[in-house]
Amino acid sequence: MILHKSNNLTFFTPNQINGLGAPFFDTGISAGFPSPAEDFKEQRLSLDKELIKNKEATFFARVSGQSMIGAGLDDKDLLVIDRSLEPSHNKIAVCFLDGEFTVKRLKVNKEGVWLQPENPHYPIIKITDDNDFVIWGIVTNVIKKV
Amino acid sequence: MYALVDCNNFYASCERAFNPNLRHKPVAILSNNDGCVISRSDEAKALGLPMGAPIFKWDGFCKLNGIKVLSSNYPLYGDMSHRVMTILEQYTPDVEVYSIDEAFLEFKGFKNHDFEDYGNQMRQRILKWTGIPTSVGIAPTKALSKVANKVARKFPEATRGVYVIDSEEKRIKALKWIKVEDVWGIGRGLQKRLKAKGCKKAYDFTQLPDHWVRKNFTITGWKLKKDLEGISKIKLDEVEAKRAIATTRSFEYTYSDIDNIKERISTFATSCAEKLRKQGSSCHMIYVTLQSDRHKKDLEQHRASRVVSLPYPTDSNLIISQQAVNAVKSIFKAGIKYKRAGVIVMGLVPTNNHQLQMFDTENPKHKPLMHAIDGLNSKYANNKVKLASQDLKRTWKMRQERLSPRYTTNINDIIVVK
Repeated sequence: MILHKSNNLTFFTPNQINGLGAPFFDTGISAGFPSPAEDFKEQRLSLDKELIKNKEATFFARVSGQSMIGAGLDDKDLLVIDRSLEPSHNKIAVCFLDGEFTVKRLKVNKEGVWLQPENPHYPIIKITDDNDFVIWGIVTNVIKKV
Repeated sequence: MYALVDCNNFYASCERAFNPNLRHKPVAILSNNDGCVISRSDEAKALGLPMGAPIFKWDGFCKLNGIKVLSSNYPLYGDMSHRVMTILEQYTPDVEVYSIDEAFLEFKGFKNHDFEDYGNQMRQRILKWTGIPTSVGIAPTKALSKVANKVARKFPEATRGVYVIDSEEKRIKALKWIKVEDVWGIGRGLQKRLKAKGCKKAYDFTQLPDHWVRKNFTITGWKLKKDLEGISKIKLDEVEAKRAIATTRSFEYTYSDIDNIKERISTFATSCAEKLRKQGSSCHMIYVTLQSDRHKKDLEQHRASRVVSLPYPTDSNLIISQQAVNAVKSIFKAGIKYKRAGVIVMGLVPTNNHQLQMFDTENPKHKPLMHAIDGLNSKYANNKVKLASQDLKRTWKMRQERLSPRYTTNINDIIVVK
């Protein structure tokens, strides 16, 4: 649930862990007025839960270089990759291209597939039959040190 | 119906998932301490590199033929195995992890189901999510699902990795194809006697009279024969794997406290360790599962498992028990009534490996101690001698000159993308 939204930041409250039960209150039940603080008592936030939707298909990768700087992917950033997601136009994907891993934005149309860097100094790459090309997984999050 | 899902060339496939340059190339994985070949890709098999080849003798051959040789990376294999097994649990609640790279599935109450389609879905999902190719065999019995799996593995083009034995015609055709020595559970001794009796194919074995099989091959051989005939006699958890040892049991009561569960897990782990020592094996991985009572639908359900990879192989009660208990603590959820748990040791290697002794990978104090514990336990009632604590502080060193990165278990080893 979104608690507050400003121009730059959005604040969240954690989702309920699952639908199988009510939140657990460990203070016991007493007659009389309940503590007003109990209304706010919930599970701690879990970054795993927030960033990893499908843990069997999730892997991490480290960015090297600045070809995707325009999309906010900087050198040494950590990527969260979900292999279960379907690749499609405009998604950022980790691909295996001619012997090495690369992260680029997918551009897909009738004429074919391109790998679009987000940095004017890098060329767009057209994938042809001569390339050894595999879409390895879809990037869902980027984690950066500040 | 039952399914056997087997990962193709599992160790090599794990390496390929993170190093796609190895696709379609011959790959061989070495045992602990870079001793001998324990896993080969199809391409390496085709070049004639034998299983168990000592690498110091075969290194030149590998170089000459462009075979990429790697040290075993058990943290990676353990993690990938766990992902595959967890995906399988999405298809049926009845999954029996049989070894690091294979599992039996039971489909209860799947009436008029398109199993070929279901098998394809499983296979596709595992491949897409983890990058691991599998072969799936589906049949009315466990032994036949093993046979179906071999058909799927042997004819990948025709079967697309999935083969279903769902008619008498297919059953007989498969049994007339598979050699008797390739049938699951037929050991060396049995093989010889069957050959002497003129049995070449599995089909010939099923043509022997029941009473003769029962007399000569005990109840196990008879159950296997029935299973091959399509009459299910072997249940999940019944036949022990060669490449893993499992102790999986339902509890007498349900437990919702960690102490009782720790005690059970420790007992299961000790039983696995004893079996390991009995057959002269050590394990590289410990797989721990814990699950609530599935039949009590009104209670909150929880099912979890964890794989622990060890930096060196062991057959020590002390280590296996402690690691298993740590693992179960990490998956235990308060408030759940647990009914069943299991400990499976996998990644087995022979203990009497000279290289192991030479490089001293195991705490040498444990060996005489284990010997003493086994001795006391056989002399008095079993399990008189139990563990209290242990010393794991010692550091172990192992030869792993060709180790791939720990892509999934060490943040410094994750793949780098440009």
